[in-house]
Amino acid sequence: MAERLVGADIAPPDLHAKITGRARYAEDFRAPGMVFAKLLLSPMPHARVRRVDASRALAMEGVIDILRADEVPSRDGPREACLTDTPRYEGEPILAVAAVDEETAAAAIEAIEIDFEPLPFVIDPLESLRPGGPNAYVDGNQFSGQDGWSDFKWTNTDFAKVDAGEMPDPSCPVEWTKGDPESAFAESALVLEETIVHQSLTHHPMEPRSNMAYWEGETLHAFVSTQSSQQTKFALAGALQIDPENINLVSEYCGGGFGSKIAGTTVMQIPALFSRKINRPVMLRITRYEENYVGRARPGFQTWLKMGFLQDGKCNAIDLIIVQESGPYGAGDFNTAGMIADLTYTPQNMRFRGVSMYTNTPPKAAQRGPGGAQIISMMEPILEKAGRELGVDRFEIHRMNAPRGDVQFGPRNATLTSVHAVEALDQGREMFDWDAKLAISGKRNGSKVTGVGIGLSPYTAGSRGRDGMMIIRPDGKLYVHQGIGNLGTHSIADTARPAAELLGYNWKDVEIVWGNSARAYPRSTVQAGSQTTTAHTRANHAAATDALRKIREVAAAALGGSASSYSVDSGRVSGPGGTMTLGRIAERAIAMGGEYSGEVLPDDVHAQTVPAAQILAGEGLMGIARDNYGGEGNIYSWVAGFAMVELDEETGMVELKEYVGVTDCGTVIHPRSLGAQVFGGSIQGMGMAMTQRWVFDPQWGVPFANRFYTARPPGFLDIPADLKWGAVGIPDPQDPVGAKGIGEPPVGAGAAALTSAIADAMGGRCVCRTPLTPDVLLAEIEGRPMYGRLEQHVG
Amino acid sequence: MDQAESVSVLEKKYSRRTFIKGVIATGATASSAGYLFRGSPLLGAATYQTATERLITLNVNGQERRVDVLPHETLAMTLRYKLGLTGTKLGCDRAECGACTVLIDGVSQYGCSMLTHQVRGRSVATIEGLEDADTGELSVVQKAVMEEGGFQCAFCAPGFIMAMTEMIEVNPNPTREEARLALSGNLCRCADYDKILTCAMRAAELARSV
Repeated sequence: MAERLVGADIAPPDLHAKITGRARYAEDFRAPGMVFAKLLLSPMPHARVRRVDASRALAMEGVIDILRADEVPSRDGPREACLTDTPRYEGEPILAVAAVDEETAAAAIEAIEIDFEPLPFVIDPLESLRPGGPNAYVDGNQFSGQDGWSDFKWTNTDFAKVDAGEMPDPSCPVEWTKGDPESAFAESALVLEETIVHQSLTHHPMEPRSNMAYWEGETLHAFVSTQSSQQTKFALAGALQIDPENINLVSEYCGGGFGSKIAGTTVMQIPALFSRKINRPVMLRITRYEENYVGRARPGFQTWLKMGFLQDGKCNAIDLIIVQESGPYGAGDFNTAGMIADLTYTPQNMRFRGVSMYTNTPPKAAQRGPGGAQIISMMEPILEKAGRELGVDRFEIHRMNAPRGDVQFGPRNATLTSVHAVEALDQGREMFDWDAKLAISGKRNGSKVTGVGIGLSPYTAGSRGRDGMMIIRPDGKLYVHQGIGNLGTHSIADTARPAAELLGYNWKDVEIVWGNSARAYPRSTVQAGSQTTTAHTRANHAAATDALRKIREVAAAALGGSASSYSVDSGRVSGPGGTMTLGRIAERAIAMGGEYSGEVLPDDVHAQTVPAAQILAGEGLMGIARDNYGGEGNIYSWVAGFAMVELDEETGMVELKEYVGVTDCGTVIHPRSLGAQVFGGSIQGMGMAMTQRWVFDPQWGVPFANRFYTARPPGFLDIPADLKWGAVGIPDPQDPVGAKGIGEPPVGAGAAALTSAIADAMGGRCVCRTPLTPDVLLAEIEGRPMYGRLEQHVG
Repeated sequence: MDQAESVSVLEKKYSRRTFIKGVIATGATASSAGYLFRGSPLLGAATYQTATERLITLNVNGQERRVDVLPHETLAMTLRYKLGLTGTKLGCDRAECGACTVLIDGVSQYGCSMLTHQVRGRSVATIEGLEDADTGELSVVQKAVMEEGGFQCAFCAPGFIMAMTEMIEVNPNPTREEARLALSGNLCRCADYDKILTCAMRAAELARSV
């Protein structure tokens, strides 16, 4: 019998390369005659370039050429170009210079004379909403494709309330209501009102978005740092307006993205365009300092929340207003945040209002758990506060409000394929020993106080309808072609496992094909939003099912008997007529041609799959199919996080003592990697809530914290030496494999468990701000709160 | 002051202060220029000559390598862009993340924050040098990482593996707590710390059994 592949710890096939230095990330590629580009970054948050004199720079020895904004694609409205003469944030690339080496290019940048006209800017969205306040764009602060720019402001009445610390009643571009919040609040035994500020913060993946490109005739070879592979090729082709089939996109390894490199990066256009102009390979090495600016950030929230509870602790009404700090090019987190609040607390009566405001800060993008992580990390301590005030056990208040299988959420009453949040909470309670921990909550040891808290966090975890493509070659091996990316989640290999298991393969006989678009990929998802595990276990399962049918038919044709009487195991197919190796089957499939060797393709595969399949046609037995398994409802995963901290009241330092994360993400494919996702996401959430801080100078609109040491992600010493994780492990019933993604939800769980535990250590006081750095906590403890008002980017 | 002399008298032990002093001593500005890459003919790119450029011999992974190095050039840049050793990663350029960690005479150092001239006459070990050159057999640390399935995106992996390689020499029998301290000079943005620690413990175990 072939080995079990689903549920086993199998190191991904690229690990050997990763630990020997052979793995090539974008900046590790070289090409003959390669030159280096450097960027001139805007020194102002909003400006217009009046004049550029590059003559001194271009005259320098070793300098090759300059690339200006008028040579790159651009579109009207709040849309990003890779170079611009109207920078909308400090650090936006204005122009690039290429030289024989990086130092010469940097010296040339210094030698460029450039004259800017400074323009009004805004870094705090509330200032842009204030009557008469500044806008991030010259033409306004709201944009629609139909009507263009407009000027959106709240009223003086709204701001009288805001300034008095009360919840305003403003009009917002996005608004929905379900149930009857007003009547529900009247019935509530307890109504809590809070103002919340969640910070905006940079993604800072370990690998900055360096990339290299060159042309051979009409073919662009692009070496890109990207989360996705196949979809990045199409994104780059779209940006450059060239035929995707003329791009050879190499993306073998990606040093992390967390949402900041979903379909590649904006700066990946620069080497492509520059190398075409100067006809030499161009390397653009992005430094950590530059990554701070061009590297994307999570949108910040300024929020008013009203939450009503019945006597038993059940949340019965929510009124939520979110002002989102969206940078110059927008983001969608706030919409998701509204949905997730409704899903997690099941109030039945909810009003949501939201407005996305352009600001002159570095561009925003989805950051792991976008919207969900922000709202969960802020609302969970408030839920626990309600438990305290109503005398309801804090675990019970999470449990009673968590959704069950029949949940309907959001304005259109969305449903879920499955939900086992309650089971995740129950399992976590046991693993963490919540009841014993609760007994030491508030216990003092010198100046240190113990706090415990829970964070329950959902997020979308899958999509449907992609294509799978695999081929069994005459060597008998199964080659699974994966157009998803390789950013460290191991899904590049793990999503092939259920398919390989279906075909009775041992893992050593499975080859994962990835990393270079010339190798042919089926239509794939972007590697984002935790879609991949679901989308591509399904797509590969469909393709393997197709391959299995073809193997049986080829065997029956060769050996006699009915196709259905043949079965596969360990590289052989056996039945009434005898047995054959799959290598022999592949040879026969090639001879039979037609659908067996991929010369004839299913009608319903995507147009992006067809040219890839044509590359492989005739080389073996092809399994190819669209995921037609269907399904109703949204696919969501959950993580319940439990944290115990010690808060030192003399220093404001918080030490995480214990953490348990339990997930509901369906079938577990790769336990060790799943644990790593639960911990990694949770710890990233803790960094968001506690250690990273992105502070701006309000006078000049520039960030102070532009490196790791000033916006510090958690290090080894920020987490305990032992963490625990668990999985509910109940397969999703609407899925042939039953697996749901896991990338996103742990971020909110880790952050919220921490913010809840800190609130507990402070006697139940919710600060309702992130990040909770020691100075902030110390000020709170000493009764001089630092975060009095609703300012964004000031800490 | 003769520039070759000025770099040769620099303290052997890395420090940020030493690094900046070194950059200043070479006449370069102490701005970001020290973190950038100056080309050489070895890369195939034309470069212009300066009076300070010089050919030196480095001992890297047990081999003598002749290389054209500027006085203010960092070791990480020399390794990556002149010696083709791209396993050493640049995560921050400035001693904040440890992705560029290499061993100098067996001691872990940030390659981005050492001048190449500082390592003349000393032995430099990078991730590419850990395998047995003849058999391709992995080092005990690499074996441990394979067994435990360490790392996610793995951009930090070469640096961590070099730090682990030093750790098992210095402290062959660490507790998880001690291993955590030994590796705290390296950052993993995927926050795969739990698994990295398990790898480090397994590496120490394997080393003890050799």
